[in-house]
This record gives sequence, C-alpha cells and structure tokens, in this order.
Amino acid sequence: MLACQNLKIEFDRKSVIKDVSLEFPPQRITAIIGPSGCGKSTLLRAFNRMHDLTPGARVSGLVTLSGKDIYHKDEDPVLVRRRIGMVFQKANPFPTLSIFNNTIAGLRLSGLRNRALLKEAAEKALVDAALWDEVKDRLKSNPMSLSGGQQQRLCIARALAVDPEVLLMDEPCSALDPIATAKIEELMFRLRERLSVVIVTHNMQQAARASDRTAFLWMGELIEEGETEAIFTTPKKSMTEDYITGRFG
Amino acid sequence: MDAPAIETPEMTPPSLVLQILPEGIRRWRSTGRGADRLFRLVTGMCAAAVAGLLLIVILFMVKGSLPAIRDHGLGFVLSPDWDPTNQKYGALTFLFGTAYTSLIGMAIALPLGVLTAVALVEILPRGLAKAISLAVELLAAIPSVLLGLWGIFELVPLVRSFEIAIYRSPLGFRKLPIFSGAPLGVGFLAAGLLLAIMALPFILSVSREVLLQVPTAQREAAYALGATRWQAIRKFILPYSWKGIFGAGLLGLARVLGETMAVTMVIGNTPQIKASLFASGYTLASVIANEFTEAPSDLAISALISLGLILLVLTVLLNAAARLMLIYLNRRMGTQGAK
Repeated sequence: MLACQNLKIEFDRKSVIKDVSLEFPPQRITAIIGPSGCGKSTLLRAFNRMHDLTPGARVSGLVTLSGKDIYHKDEDPVLVRRRIGMVFQKANPFPTLSIFNNTIAGLRLSGLRNRALLKEAAEKALVDAALWDEVKDRLKSNPMSLSGGQQQRLCIARALAVDPEVLLMDEPCSALDPIATAKIEELMFRLRERLSVVIVTHNMQQAARASDRTAFLWMGELIEEGETEAIFTTPKKSMTEDYITGRFG
Repeated sequence: MDAPAIETPEMTPPSLVLQILPEGIRRWRSTGRGADRLFRLVTGMCAAAVAGLLLIVILFMVKGSLPAIRDHGLGFVLSPDWDPTNQKYGALTFLFGTAYTSLIGMAIALPLGVLTAVALVEILPRGLAKAISLAVELLAAIPSVLLGLWGIFELVPLVRSFEIAIYRSPLGFRKLPIFSGAPLGVGFLAAGLLLAIMALPFILSVSREVLLQVPTAQREAAYALGATRWQAIRKFILPYSWKGIFGAGLLGLARVLGETMAVTMVIGNTPQIKASLFASGYTLASVIANEFTEAPSDLAISALISLGLILLVLTVLLNAAARLMLIYLNRRMGTQGAK
C-alpha cells in the first residue's frame, strides 16, 4: 500500500505541501481534488520521486510503499518509478518510437530483450488499456497518428506494461472529450482490480463518479478525506461542502 | 450624402506636435496611409537589396571565372596540377584540402559539441552550466586571425610533439598512411584542430538550444518509466533532438568550409594530396587569400576566382542536401515536427 505521513514539499524554500498524511489502499481509486494551485499535482509527483528532477525542490516526511520508505537513501528512484507508474496531464508518447515500441519502452529500459516476451507484454498491456483492437493492425505506426484519447490510453498501456503496484494519474482527462474521458474512467475501474489508482482531477463530477475515496486539498493542506460517497454527500468540514457545491474554487 | 465618419477626425483636436507640422504632413500622419506606403517601399527595397547583393556576388564570380574555365575546361575541377608560372591550374588539391580539414574539424567538434551540450542541459548544475555557456560564447567571439596566431605559437608545437611521439613510437604507428611523413607540426591535423575549435561554439550552442526544446513532458515520460539519466538521454532525448543536432552540424560545417585566415596560418600551404594527417596541404579559401595579391597573370586571377566559385557551389550543394535530408527526416518521423 502507498501511504504518506507528515509529507512536506518546498520549492526554493516556499512551502507548497504542508504536512499531509494519506493512505492509498490497494484495489481502490483515490481522487485528489482541490482548486487550481492547491498542490494536487505536486503531491502526486512526490509519490514517484519526480521532484528529484526539479532543482530547488525539497521533500520531507515519509512516503512508504508496502511499509518501506521510498525516499530512503538506499532506495533507487529508478526502481521506485518502475513500481509506481505515472500518466500525465497531456498524453506524451515518444514520437520517435512506434506504437509497439512505446508500449514496451519501460520493459526495454529494464533490460528485457526477448522478442516473444516483449510481444506478449505489449499485447497484454494494450488489451489492459483497452487500445488493442484499435491499434493491433498498425503497431508499427507513429503514435502521433493516434487521437488524443488513444494517445493517452497508449501512455496508460506504457505505464501498465511494467506491471506497477500503483498508477498515478495527473489530470489524465483534462485534454480529452467526454467520450474519450468515459473510456479512461471505465478503464480505471478495470485496473482497480489489480492495482491502486491515484487520480488528481479538478473535475468534481469525475471524482464523484470515478473514485472510491476522495481527498480534498486546499492551499497545500489536507482538509478532508474519506469514502467518496461520504465526502460528496455528508462532508464533515464546511470548507469541503463549499468547494464541492461550487461556492469557491 | 456626406458620411459623418469624415468629420470624426476633426472632433478630437490634434496633438500639439501635429498642430505644428505643416498641413500636408499632418494629413499624412493622421491618416497613416502614406506612412504605410513609404514603410512598404523601404522594407521592400531592403529585401530586394539583400537578394540583389547575392546576385551581384554570384555574377561577379561567374564572370570572373569564365576565362579560366574557357582555357582549362571544366576538367579544371579535377586536375591536381597548380603551377601558375606555367599557366597550369587545377582545383583538386585545394578541394581535397578543404574536405580533409573540414572532416577532421567536424569529427572532433561534432561529438565534443553535442556531448558538452548534453552535459550543460541534462547533467551539470545550472550555475556551472551558465558559466560554461558564457565561456563558449566568448570563444566564438575570438577573431580567427588571433586563433591562427595562437595556432602558430602554441598549437603547432603541441601537434609537432605529438607527431614526434608517433614518429618515434616503437609500435610503428608511422607506417600507417594517416601518420606517415615528417613531423612538421603544420599541416592537416593542426588546421583541422583549429577548425574544430572554431566550429565548436556554433555546434554547441545550437545543440544546446535543441536539447532545451525537448518538452519537459518527454523527459518526465522517460523518467517516470524508470529510465536512468543515461537511458533517458540516449534513448529519448537525443533521438528526439536528432534533427536539430543535424542542423547544428551543418551550421558548423558551413563555418568550417569557408574559414580562411586561421587555416592559412597553420596548414603549410603546399598544394598536395596526402592521406597523412601530418602532411602540409592547402585549402580553397587559403590559396585565394595567399595568391591573389601576387597573381602573375589575369588567367591566374580568373583561376583563383573559379576556386571561389567552387567553394560557393559546395556550400549551396551542402545547403540543398541539408534541406532534402530534413524533408526525408520529417516524413520518416511523421508529425513530430508539427506542433
């Protein structure tokens, strides 16, 4: 299980996440909601050590995966990222690789060479990402020839191919139309059976219909978290109620 | 019927400056149409002047080289003899010199420039990277005659001691064609090294820009999949940038092909075709610079101008090849170039 305790994130001494503690149970979809600039994406990116790449970023507190501190000095961020996959706001397939090679890029990085195994893994990941039927006849094509929704599902397939325990999704539908969005949400429900999904979204309807648990973040602080139904029907904090009813944010 | 719109300008009083101006200019300023026309005329003339300039230079070169071409035929290009006292002219030795020194220069500057750019963009801390970028920009600002002087006094002795070491090496390196000949210091290697130094700032700064253009999303995608820094650079960032790096190489090559002064000072100025890095040579640009003032006849001058024409044709061909290559790459990489 992925969890964080007293997590604090600073950029050049400016505090962005202040003391957040959260748990992301397996086989659950957890939505992180909150107004723009509240630190949702910053929080999410701490879970696979993406902040390591940003000069001036400082993460303190504890992030654990199955009880082990992923920021421990003996932990290799590269290996952490192979266990905790990520899908970004804008679909970012590699334009220099074919659809097939995009799907297995992560496996290639970890040193898998066997052609038959790679083929099998690619098909499985594309099936899991509900993209196989649309691309099986053009696996050698350039991914940029796909539609936006297809590209995003390719990115999901790419993340799934390395068989992660957690999938982080940073507003994965914000650039997609409603039909493509529905496909991705449907996909999330199927993925839930084998991994835990954490999705950042500014779309409250999406959080309400496509998550099991919801965490409400405001100005870098966790205001409230719990079962999605409870958060949206009987929030404990008035601030949460104000936000979900659209009174601010 | 008079449209009220005509009266509108008079409803707001013109500014003080406009009131002082004579009526004609005032009208002209306030409508702006005359100014527009003048502006179009001036900018148009500037553009035409640039194109005209190019045309004039080309015409001069073609006209100037006609006597030599008429006398020697187009075989001139492939003839290795250059003997002005006996009125024999051939371009091959110089073509070889230009090609060989450019090749040496590019073989050093391209990998060095690209790898340095990778270090600056992907690896080194920001402060250090900035300092190095600045130093490289200053390197580009050094006049080539100064680099030539430095070449004569510092680089050539250095190259010479390297050549002596090779010459004396018990492993018998000097039996290899590229290391054969006397250790003079001046020659293709010294010229190539200087050219590498001159091309490096161009290649480096363009490659750096190209690498900076790689979208953060691409970098993040690679790292999020568990790529190490080395993997991210080699498998995703460099392949993404390869078109631009190709452009960087061409820019460097263009700089190197026509470079005259520094090369002339260290290449030895001997028209000969030798495979050895240590041999003296001559390039198209340096023979023009060296022999123009003391050309013994009109035919000699014409021959020198035709060498210049060859250089021009070479650069044009290079440019055309580059464009074709880009079209090919664009087609192969699909819509990558499109935003």
